[in-house]
Amino acid sequence: MLEVLDFLKENILFINLLIMTFYLGFEIISKVPAVLHTPLMSGSNAISGIVIIGAIFLVRQAETTDYLTIILGVIGIILGTINVVGGHAVTNRMLEMFKKK
Amino acid sequence: MMEYIELLYVVSTILLLIGLRKLSSPASARKGNLIAASGMILAIVVSIFSPLEGDNGNYLYILGGILAGVLIGLFYSRKVKMTEIPELVSLFNGYGGACAVFISILEILKFNDTTSLSISSITYTALFVGSIAFTGSLVAYGKLSGKVKDWRSSISSYFNLFWLVLCVGLIVFQVLNPELYIYLPIVILVVSLFYGGSFVFPIGGADMPVVISLLNALTGIAAALSGIVYDNMVMLLGGVLVGSSGIILTLLMCKSMNRSLLNVVIGGFGGDTEGAEGKYQGTVKETSVNDVAINMRYADNVMIIPGYGMAVAQAQKTCKELEKILTNKGVNVNYAIHPVAGRMPGHMNVLLAEADVSYSKLFDMEDANSKMSDIDVCLIVGANDVVNPSALNEPNSPIYGMPIIEVLNSKNVVVLKRGMSKGYSGIENPLFFHNKTKMLFGDARDSIEGILNEIKTMD
Repeated sequence: MLEVLDFLKENILFINLLIMTFYLGFEIISKVPAVLHTPLMSGSNAISGIVIIGAIFLVRQAETTDYLTIILGVIGIILGTINVVGGHAVTNRMLEMFKKK
Repeated sequence: MMEYIELLYVVSTILLLIGLRKLSSPASARKGNLIAASGMILAIVVSIFSPLEGDNGNYLYILGGILAGVLIGLFYSRKVKMTEIPELVSLFNGYGGACAVFISILEILKFNDTTSLSISSITYTALFVGSIAFTGSLVAYGKLSGKVKDWRSSISSYFNLFWLVLCVGLIVFQVLNPELYIYLPIVILVVSLFYGGSFVFPIGGADMPVVISLLNALTGIAAALSGIVYDNMVMLLGGVLVGSSGIILTLLMCKSMNRSLLNVVIGGFGGDTEGAEGKYQGTVKETSVNDVAINMRYADNVMIIPGYGMAVAQAQKTCKELEKILTNKGVNVNYAIHPVAGRMPGHMNVLLAEADVSYSKLFDMEDANSKMSDIDVCLIVGANDVVNPSALNEPNSPIYGMPIIEVLNSKNVVVLKRGMSKGYSGIENPLFFHNKTKMLFGDARDSIEGILNEIKTMD
């Protein structure tokens, strides 16, 4: 229990930031019109590919002979990049159709 | 040096924020997507070239991986048909979840005596959430592309509850006793992956938009948790933004079905419709292409109500043609879009935009319902549950309370349908047996083409 309290005390600024960002996400999206639901989802889906940064750090820190980390890390990088690039590209394609009119 | 790096991360976070903001209004959406993409690129480039403790380079692997990902991602996004967007988004989402799973595994392998309780609990949570997003999205992908059939039994909610408790229990145990069982992390991984699949399995059909946005939110949360582990602000804030926007979209979808999230996740449609069966075994009135054509040609106001069936039949362009020819003949044609029509939020809007239907012709549910009494013909193209009047007047129905497009307030209803099968929710639709309703059986696109040709011959 004490550990939890310590953790909260040390990271109070951080926790505030988290709550604010969460609220911000809510506020930004809450007024979005139905016509944009799909592009918004695939766009924000692409942003969740930001997790790729973790995979990049892991591979950079891996010993050059640590094949397990390198292989899993590179698979992570590939999948994450597909998520990011594919997500933004397909969102762009959709929004282009909306723009035609 | 490090200060500049942090600053660049701040810049990319701001870009993500502005991008997401602009993405939520129609005029600036495209720009917003590009701004968010540039924020992502900046963050990724910085993470590759920033100074890092214990750096061993390995750039060849990293750049190779990114190049492969870029090529595959571009290939997918070019090739996909607009009707397949929901499954593609699920697939991408699954990849993001898988990435989170991989990095959590590798982090867990690095744990030692000095690993703090908070870091280990956060990493295991990231593993758990990422796993659900991964296998859940893959099952959703399978369902949407028709490779996985809906399957549900009366015990599936208890079964899933059991797995959920098991996952959480194992994680708590492992975090508190990290050294006790070496293989427990593997068990946790397997159990979590399994839970993701079994959680999505019983959910189907009309609930899909809710599940997809929920899975999207979960990937964001997994990214945010990993951001805490790596002490990386852009990962954390980007993840939280996706998580919170995904949750709000999920709740929005639940609201349009008048159900709680818990009800969607645990309940699932169908099953207990006793009594409703057989009750509507009345006769349906079948009509012909010719009749419908005459009806529509000499109407003043026509409302088209699309559903998932329009996507399946790829009928959006034919709908647009029908709209064009009727408009030329002086008929006022509009579309009524139910918020959960189709398989993902806004699915119908994307398809109709692809077919060049003007935004101003799309009515949302409230607008459509308020104009319904002026409508001469409602043409239902592959929609079922979203026009099911049981939602209004049958308290026993599983969809009771869900707002629907009230087509029965119009003068005539024509339903394009393949056959007399039930909707995706497996619920009988009394609309089909109503005396205002005429059924035109067959593939939606073929039927509309038939109607088109008939109308062309009229003056």
